[in-house]
Amino acid sequence: MTDLLAARWLFGLSLVFHIVFAAVGVAMPLLMVLAEWRFRRSGSAVHLELARRWAKGTAILFAVGAVSGTVISFELGLLWPRFMAFAGPIIGMPFSLEGFAFFAEAIFLGIYLYGWDRVSPRVHLASGVAVAASGAASAFFVTLANAWMNAPAGFAMVAGAAADVRPFAAMFPPGWAEEVVHVLLSSYAATGFAVAGIHAALLLRHPGSAFHRAALGIALGVGGAAALLQPLSGDLSARSVAVNQPVKLAALEGQFETERGAPLRIGGLPDAERRETRWALEIPRGLSLLAFHDPDAEVKGLSAFPREEWPNTRLVHLAFQVMVGLGTLLAALSAGWLLLRLRRREPPRLFLRAVALAAPAGFLALEAGWLVTEWGRQPYAVRGVLTTAGAVTPVRSLAVPLVAFTLLYLFLGAVTAVLLRRQIVEAPGGAAAAGGGAP
Amino acid sequence: MSPPDLLGAAILAALVLYALLGGADFGGGVWDLLASGPRRAEQRALVERALGPIWEANHVWLVLVVVVLFTGFPAAFAAISIELFVPLVLLLVGIVLRGAAFTFRTYDRPDDRVQARWGLVFSASSVLAPLALGVVVGALASGRLRVAAGGAEPFAWLAPFPLAVGLFAAALFAYLAATYLAVEAEGALRDDFRRRAAGAGLAVFGCALLAGALSWREAPVVFAGLTARGWSLPLHLGTGAAAVAAFAALFRGRVRAARAAAAIQVALIVLGWGASQHPYLVVPDLTLEAASAPRVTQVALLWALAGGGVLLFPALYALFRVFKGERPFAVVDRRRS
Repeated sequence: MTDLLAARWLFGLSLVFHIVFAAVGVAMPLLMVLAEWRFRRSGSAVHLELARRWAKGTAILFAVGAVSGTVISFELGLLWPRFMAFAGPIIGMPFSLEGFAFFAEAIFLGIYLYGWDRVSPRVHLASGVAVAASGAASAFFVTLANAWMNAPAGFAMVAGAAADVRPFAAMFPPGWAEEVVHVLLSSYAATGFAVAGIHAALLLRHPGSAFHRAALGIALGVGGAAALLQPLSGDLSARSVAVNQPVKLAALEGQFETERGAPLRIGGLPDAERRETRWALEIPRGLSLLAFHDPDAEVKGLSAFPREEWPNTRLVHLAFQVMVGLGTLLAALSAGWLLLRLRRREPPRLFLRAVALAAPAGFLALEAGWLVTEWGRQPYAVRGVLTTAGAVTPVRSLAVPLVAFTLLYLFLGAVTAVLLRRQIVEAPGGAAAAGGGAP
Repeated sequence: MSPPDLLGAAILAALVLYALLGGADFGGGVWDLLASGPRRAEQRALVERALGPIWEANHVWLVLVVVVLFTGFPAAFAAISIELFVPLVLLLVGIVLRGAAFTFRTYDRPDDRVQARWGLVFSASSVLAPLALGVVVGALASGRLRVAAGGAEPFAWLAPFPLAVGLFAAALFAYLAATYLAVEAEGALRDDFRRRAAGAGLAVFGCALLAGALSWREAPVVFAGLTARGWSLPLHLGTGAAAVAAFAALFRGRVRAARAAAAIQVALIVLGWGASQHPYLVVPDLTLEAASAPRVTQVALLWALAGGGVLLFPALYALFRVFKGERPFAVVDRRRS
């Protein structure tokens, strides 16, 4: 394994791991605050117990997210010092603001988790709202940095170096809004459906449990709303990618030749050697219609770009299919849930089973989407400006930290899973058992 | 002051706060590891209670240092990341295991064996992290890191002076933590931590002598800064006075006064290090000026820090007010009514 590949694996692994906890850190506080809010309004003991249980889960997940996020902030330099030397002054601003958002999240989460009996109900709920808001702000700022890597702006290249830096122009590069909305919605959808799936499974086992029914209601409410909005956001994102990152669009759609009225390919396997995507279900003019809202629009194919600037078409296309497929599934489930709610019907067992099975779908879609944006930008770290190979550290033997962190993440992931499982298994089947904020 | 100097001062201030807050949390882990005597369980319980609500917020100071460094001084961030790859990875391992094990212990089964196992991971990593952090600081000050080497010498930091600074950091954090914990404890438990604070204070003194002596040969720039500048003598007098005051207060049972004096002592030590290697970020190759981002970025960053600070400090005060009593930072020991 080359050191470049080891660096990519290590950074990719770190983000694949951290991104789960980051998304949970965005969405879980919202769920927990909604549960507490319901309790404060109705005095329902079930919702109080739910808020406390979810708060404990959030505590475990946030701690792992905080330390794994710290790893990433250091790894930016440890693995990609040339990227940071170049990009730091240009996109440091959103990272710095994210630092403050992280501060706020940690402070108010401390108050929320340990302050059940120390602050007034109103302050407690407000702390929870502050956690949820600063979690969303963190995701907002970090995604701005990623948007800049996809569509760098706010500087000029003079003799191989950045000049005329405008930090605030760099903070809002083309396509920033589309990407930020997409990321935020994905966090709510993935977390909402993961939580809903767990409680749906438990509801199947303990039918009539008020606790799990309340949990399902809030989790599917948040996750479902996000999943229903996500296709709209995806459409906006795709159109933004079509304009700002045509190579990525061509790769994720498996579009090799430039053509008018390009078809939408569902499934299939791109073959970069033969320059065609085989075995795909093609919907005539679908891609032109979706990407430009015009069935005859011209879509640039990969052939329009130098071969060395192509990403790995197979990986990008497949990851994109996975993301869209799972996203569509979640949107369909959400529509079903909406219909059930409108008719004021209890969810039938079949629906619960589907929600339980879909528990990991949101996170798989989120990971796939992140891989699409990262793989789809290769060979560049900063599109058109700095290649990933040019950004990597000169430090050798990166396989050593790769192995060490792989083991560390496996260990943390396994322990987190066991502890969460225990929290959930010990949850009351029906009656709300009294429990402390934190033991 | 120019923007680079202001930003350098902001980084140093954040490091002081990280030492006083996050450092003390690591020190708490040291006392978990060294818990002994008839009140061993109570000592550990106090550490856990003291850290629980605040360690994550305290930890963010380090993240802030990292982002300000790479935004304001990108060349230094790149050089430090390359030359100090190994100790930084060790620091990360310590940080990850400390935070994760602390949280896992809180939410895992209450039975003793499980708790003891997580406690060991928590406390051992609480020792590893300050050692690694001190090594990083010592290496930056030593003049051993040559930016031009470009990663060709991955173990340039491995020398007596950086290692001595590692020990110094661990001792300082343990000392701070003991004075803080003495305030939060009562009765015999308070006496335990008063004794521990005094013992750690002696260790701090020993480590300071060792690092100071080694710096004469191994870190000449810092040694010159600490001995030959106009502020050198007042700095040492101030640090010494704070140390003496902390000891006197510890012996007289004035734990709040002792905590304040210890915090001043540690703050002066960190400030003294920063001032003595000014204007270098990485001695002797990178100055603040040379490593600077464009001025427009630095000015924007300074405004962001000012704005963020306005939001941050009241929130931080609220956190400590909720969990550390009515007078979270009080200096005066009131008699109990």
